[in-house]
Amino acid sequence: MNPWGLAPAAGALLLAPLFLGVIHRTKAVFAGRAGKPLFQVYFDLATWARKGAVYSRTTTWVFRLAPLASPAASLVALLLLPQGGFRAVFSFPGDFLALIFVLSTSRFLTVVGALDTGSSFEGMGASREAAFSALAEPVLLLCLAVVAREAGQSSLSGIVGSLTGADWQRAGPALVLVAASFLAILLAENARIPVDDPTTHLELTMIHEVMILDHGGPDLALLTYGAALKLWALGALLTGLLLPGPTGPSLLGGVVFLTGMLVLAVVIGIIESTIARLRLDRVPQFLVGAGAFAVLALALVMR
Amino acid sequence: MLAAFAFLIAGGVTAWAAGPRLRTWIGPLGAVIGCALGIAAAVPVLLGGSHPALRLPWELPLASFSIAIDPLSAFFLLPTFGISALAAIYGAGYEGARGRPSWLWFNLLVASMAMVIVSRNGILFLMAWELMTIASYFLVTTHGERPEVRRAGTIYLIAAHVGTACLLVLFLLLGTHGTLDFDAFGPGGARTAAGAGAIFLLAVVGFGVKAGFIPLHVWLPEAHPAAPTHVSAVMSGIMIKLGIYGLLRTISVLGEPPLWWGWVLLAIGLVSGVLGVLYALAQHELKRLLAYHSVENIGIIAMGLGLGLIGAARHSTILFGLGFGAALLHVLNHAIFKALLFFGAGSVIRGAGTGEIEHLGGLLKRMPTTGAAFLIGAVAISGLPPLNGFVSEFLLLLGSFTAVGADKLSVGIAGVALIAGLALVGGLAAACFAKAFGIVFLGEPRTHEAEEARETGLLLRAPMLALAAACVAIGAASPALLPVLARVLPAVEGIAPGAAAPDLLSARTALLGVTLAGGLLLAFLLLLGALRSSLLRRRPVRAGITWDCGYARPTPRLQYTASSFAQPILGLFAPMLGTRVSSVKPRGIFPSAASLETSTPDSFRERVFRPIFVEVDRLLARFRRIQEGRVQVYVLYIALTLLALLAYQLARNP
Repeated sequence: MNPWGLAPAAGALLLAPLFLGVIHRTKAVFAGRAGKPLFQVYFDLATWARKGAVYSRTTTWVFRLAPLASPAASLVALLLLPQGGFRAVFSFPGDFLALIFVLSTSRFLTVVGALDTGSSFEGMGASREAAFSALAEPVLLLCLAVVAREAGQSSLSGIVGSLTGADWQRAGPALVLVAASFLAILLAENARIPVDDPTTHLELTMIHEVMILDHGGPDLALLTYGAALKLWALGALLTGLLLPGPTGPSLLGGVVFLTGMLVLAVVIGIIESTIARLRLDRVPQFLVGAGAFAVLALALVMR
Repeated sequence: MLAAFAFLIAGGVTAWAAGPRLRTWIGPLGAVIGCALGIAAAVPVLLGGSHPALRLPWELPLASFSIAIDPLSAFFLLPTFGISALAAIYGAGYEGARGRPSWLWFNLLVASMAMVIVSRNGILFLMAWELMTIASYFLVTTHGERPEVRRAGTIYLIAAHVGTACLLVLFLLLGTHGTLDFDAFGPGGARTAAGAGAIFLLAVVGFGVKAGFIPLHVWLPEAHPAAPTHVSAVMSGIMIKLGIYGLLRTISVLGEPPLWWGWVLLAIGLVSGVLGVLYALAQHELKRLLAYHSVENIGIIAMGLGLGLIGAARHSTILFGLGFGAALLHVLNHAIFKALLFFGAGSVIRGAGTGEIEHLGGLLKRMPTTGAAFLIGAVAISGLPPLNGFVSEFLLLLGSFTAVGADKLSVGIAGVALIAGLALVGGLAAACFAKAFGIVFLGEPRTHEAEEARETGLLLRAPMLALAAACVAIGAASPALLPVLARVLPAVEGIAPGAAAPDLLSARTALLGVTLAGGLLLAFLLLLGALRSSLLRRRPVRAGITWDCGYARPTPRLQYTASSFAQPILGLFAPMLGTRVSSVKPRGIFPSAASLETSTPDSFRERVFRPIFVEVDRLLARFRRIQEGRVQVYVLYIALTLLALLAYQLARNP
């Protein structure tokens, strides 16, 4: 256990909604709009947290469990995640598996929570989420396998930050492939374009948004905050895996990490502005393509 | 142990002989007492006590009544007796006063399974194995008045005997020292590499039929849904695991394995895992869906064994330890959550009158205990933390990541295949159980029967609660289980180059971490729940209707169905499944009727085994001429055969 790891985890709690704000602002700039305030997500969360709740008569306790699972799993993920040169609060061999599968548990509960409403819309979203995540998970693990092999470590705190410039020179192509593959999965797992559009207004085309259609008030705040934390966690993982930075807490490490996160947010914003959303039946091809990248990277490092 | 057998058999026979009222409790009572005694015999061995053994001479050639409990036996005995006892309690509530011979066969099944596990002689093993097959056949055909049940029974019997035929040859090949005692099989002797390979393949086929390796699984999705639920739970939870047990026993006497054995099991595991879960997703009936999931989980176990064998062939104790450790733990875990899910399915069938997923819905409100227990089983079987299914899959993934980091390319490729396969299987299983739980227990009831569903009795609910508690306990206390697993490993050590137990124990830190992560998840859930209720305390909390885009007359039939839920995945894998779709599309401006029907028959049964058996049938029809129907002629055949054998013997030793 490393109590110093709590500092970046707390930082993530504060900054995660801002990450979304940066993405929104980038998209607005691309569209030539002024865009919503950078801190709009915080305002939204505060508004929802002050409201009451309406629950459908069809639903049961499963429906009420779902909005708790998303932020709870993201919190666990933050405790297992090394950020900005700090080791994670808890680290053990295979902690990345625990991180990924805890997030899967929350997704499972979100999916059954959506089915609890008995609505066809939410069933549709649940079905798509289940199908796409089943394809995304193997890719994510394969990406981690490449990096774990290169770093020769079995826990995240050992893996993250251990890639040096020399590693990049030696295994550059493989790492680029992993980065591309991981980014694709990051977009898919967090319901971003080109897999899902967080701003769409038609229930029939949604994935994540439609699953949480019947949640309001504090529940919606919890779900949205949980999703923001998850985006932050996976983004921090990507940044940490790829940036050869100084290990150990240092000002430089923190600055490098936060700059990396800022760049990532802008990159996501640019992707969302320049790429159209994929047709739903094309999404599996996108995910399998990301998987092919990861396998190719493995072939490169294992030869 | 012997007392356990005595009680089991006594309970069964008395139940068979007794009157209808006595029968309903004396059979299960005998089973429960017998199982408790059996557990009492097995636990000390697992905790490091001495290994009891008994050996009596026997009149039959090559045979001896030789039994022993070593840690491997004890490890399999534990779930065998545990699940069987709970199944007996469940069955007492499920069956009521019906089914005269059912307790006799049930108790005989349990006794024969235990005998398979403890026997140390080929003849005794085969006899117990046959008794197990026959007892389960009669249990499967309990409701033999239904034609599909009779058909399932026949398929099961044929498949089981194809397997037994392989086992006969297997034991003949093993017993080269003039005895069929297991102790004499040892790795030494003049066995060639090809001979060992042949024995290994025979074991994979012979035991694989029982275990349900694809493509030998065809009997499984037929027999399990046909049997009464408590029998399905025992068959799916325990009996198929005895195939794994037999495989382990065989491997343990064969000496150091070549690399290709590992690859064979790994490939079988991957195919069984992925296809098993895909077929499960395509099913519309709850018990059939669970039966296919058994194929999937046997696949995961085979993956673990494959990784372990590859590790053993490459002299990597860590891979051997993690692979076999994960496989063994998954045997235990699958027994627990599969029995739990079958009990849940049976409870649904009793409570709502049907196991057809599309006819149910909203049962969580009507059957709260069953629903909650089923949800726990669903999370566990999907391999999600904090429950037990995750622990064994975690160990296996840890082994796979170790393999990817290895220098040897063959080991690395195995690791990659395992990671991708396991993650895919896990994701698909989660999708499948989101469907099974979500459509059956959540939403609004789709039919009148589902609306009228009632929670089942205490005898049905108590075993479910016990198993759900076991899922949570193993998930939380997995580090404490490692020493037990490490004690079992040396029993299969014949194949390992060194002591793998310490390497398995080194996974303790990782498992402690898993427990911690699971605990943190639950803690945060509670914390956030408390936060939400404090937020909502002074605010209006209203009940409304689900957002439906403003339909004027919503009906429960508008809900998403299981078929539509599974469609995106099944569409993706359609070429592998061969789902049949027959639909009447809506026509015109005011369509009067439209329908859609899908069914996914097992392509291995339809495309592989049916043609083979049709051909065999045609071939064998030619021999019908010698089948006269007169007993005298048959006696003549026997006499002629004996004469021929005598002549052969005389010619060999003049």
